[in-house]
Amino acid sequence: MSDTTAALLTTADGRPLKAALAAAQARARRKAFFLVAPLLLFIVLTFIVPIGQMLQRSVYHDGFAKAAPQLGAWFSANPEGTAPDEAAYAALAADLKQMKADKTAGEAGTRINYTVPGTRSLFTGAARGADKLEPPYKEALLADDAKWGDPLIWTAMRNAASPWTTDFYLIATDRARTADGGTEAVPENERIYLWLFGKTFVMSGLITFICLLLAFPIAHLLATLPMARANLLMILVLLPFWTSLLVRTTSWIVLLQGQGVVNNILVALGFVSEDGRLDMIYNQTGTIIVMTHILLPFMVLPLYSVMRTIKPTYARAARSLGATSWTTFRRIYLPQTLPGIGAGSLLVFILAVGYYITPALVGGADGQLISNMIDFHMDKSNWSLAAALSGMLLAGVLLLYWLYDRLVGIDKLKLG
Amino acid sequence: MALPVYADPLERLWYYTYHVLCTAIFIFLIAPIIIVIPLSFNAEPYFTFTQKMLTLDPEGYSLRWYDLLLTFGMVAPDAARDSAWWSDVWQNASWVKAAKNSVIIGFWSTIVATTLGTLAALGLARSEMPFRRIIMAVLISPMIVPIIIIATGLFFFYSNPCAIVGTECGRLTSTYTGVVLAHATLGIPFVIITVTATLIGFDQSLARAAASLGASPQRTFFKIVLPLILPGVVSGALFAFVTSFDEVVAVLFIAGPEQQTIPRQMWNGIREAISPAILSVATILVIISIALLATVELLRRRSERIRGVTPH
Repeated sequence: MSDTTAALLTTADGRPLKAALAAAQARARRKAFFLVAPLLLFIVLTFIVPIGQMLQRSVYHDGFAKAAPQLGAWFSANPEGTAPDEAAYAALAADLKQMKADKTAGEAGTRINYTVPGTRSLFTGAARGADKLEPPYKEALLADDAKWGDPLIWTAMRNAASPWTTDFYLIATDRARTADGGTEAVPENERIYLWLFGKTFVMSGLITFICLLLAFPIAHLLATLPMARANLLMILVLLPFWTSLLVRTTSWIVLLQGQGVVNNILVALGFVSEDGRLDMIYNQTGTIIVMTHILLPFMVLPLYSVMRTIKPTYARAARSLGATSWTTFRRIYLPQTLPGIGAGSLLVFILAVGYYITPALVGGADGQLISNMIDFHMDKSNWSLAAALSGMLLAGVLLLYWLYDRLVGIDKLKLG
Repeated sequence: MALPVYADPLERLWYYTYHVLCTAIFIFLIAPIIIVIPLSFNAEPYFTFTQKMLTLDPEGYSLRWYDLLLTFGMVAPDAARDSAWWSDVWQNASWVKAAKNSVIIGFWSTIVATTLGTLAALGLARSEMPFRRIIMAVLISPMIVPIIIIATGLFFFYSNPCAIVGTECGRLTSTYTGVVLAHATLGIPFVIITVTATLIGFDQSLARAAASLGASPQRTFFKIVLPLILPGVVSGALFAFVTSFDEVVAVLFIAGPEQQTIPRQMWNGIREAISPAILSVATILVIISIALLATVELLRRRSERIRGVTPH
């Protein structure tokens, strides 16, 4: 249809049809959006803004910048690499005196302490004696503590003089600044965060794999049973899903602890001796067992819904053409379950990576994950470091979430 | 899945192994939930079956841990059990207080999550909805983002919520409002998912028919749409309630001593001195979850029936 004939079509009240249609569609879009708008606003206020504010702390810390304005001025007047002269030490001394008056030396020292461990006392100590400092300040301060001449501390102070910083991400990736302004990996025995991230990913992967191994047979059984019996057995999958997390964790503690039910049965049956009771809880094993149990329904449900749709005719055709049952499973059945495997594995992995409650309660010393490390730093008021670790964890989870949306689609999420 | 007639001996062996395997996995799923029930009646302060329990000796069983749930935290637990004693329970017993808090917080967060979530699901189900995919992703994300990140975010935000507009106002930490808002946020994805799933099977021509017969949009919603999607809305509400009822991390970070909930109380119990009283709480919670699961299953079947959807 050409444009001229389209322009001739009008509505009953004489408006061009094209314009009337566009207006009606815009109205429908607005209406749909207005229905969603209240919730969107709610989520922005109670979810996105709080997380955004928290993440800001990972790149913003004004503990030192606020307490040392004069030194900050000296740093901005002199380019990086300038050796601290008498003017710099005078600015430092003036700031230390002010810190003593405002009682901010602890906060400032804490900020430097993040990048050069063991320096908090340097600031609190110097501030305590700041009133006695006399020019020339360089000699006075160096006489007080030779550490004041350390270029590493001056680099740290220069970096901390601006409240905006990448220091916390450096710490969270096990790197430190060198005196010449570059960065380097910290000594091997101090690398904890990347190692913990790695461990979290490996453990989540292992849990996902065990979940898949356990979920596959029962999802297959449920999918091939008659509907009435499948629904009955489905209750056994859904009941754990609806039962409180803390209840399930408590039950596992009861089952697995040293004097618990499982150990008692093993001792009674003679599989282990009275002294050889197994350590199955308050360690990594405990975390894996309990998390597998908690996340298993999230694997069974997507697998089941995919397996339900697989027609048995393909498998029968394969068998009638002479394939063995193993070949039929491997070449015909398994490929058709891949969407379910993908959906379930991604979901379980995403949920496992951010797990907090179970490792905190049954993880003991070696079963802790990255979430527990975030909690540890929150507890110690290392808020910026906790925020940097959160930022990295969040980035990983969002990437997986995006992948899930691309591969599976969020609207395919089902709950029972 | 019956064994085909042409199965060879190896396949027969695998068939039986497979069924034993499946039974074992089902036991793994359900045993930890069932085991707490008999243990909660233990007469001794142990977490394992005593000799007397195994021989079904009545002396091995007691209700002492259930009794402790009522008396723990009371002013005068040993007084005569008259109306004053019961009012003492209602006012002071720690677990009763925690239960009251859980119900209050659960109720209000469910109301908020269900109302906002249902409205949004109705908008998202419309084909005209702009940016549908990204908005859906944002609304589901509270379920995906690790709870520790949400809780730390709220911890800072609640200490001065007005910071976003550059002013100071009251705190939301240690308030009921704060916990309710946090739990509503966590419950919203579940409402969106269940209501959207119900709306997929909803026949839009029914709403159009009502409109063409002269019903106002409000009347169409309350008389036609809502009754048809109600099972989905109620399941979503139940999910939201359970989410709040089971939530502990946000409570740990933002609630004060006045907002102690049942999971918070259990957390203390597990971390500090685990006593069999925890098992009696667990038993009560298991019974509640069985009731909720049954309700949701009934609703799902009803929803499929009234919408004419045959079970898949």
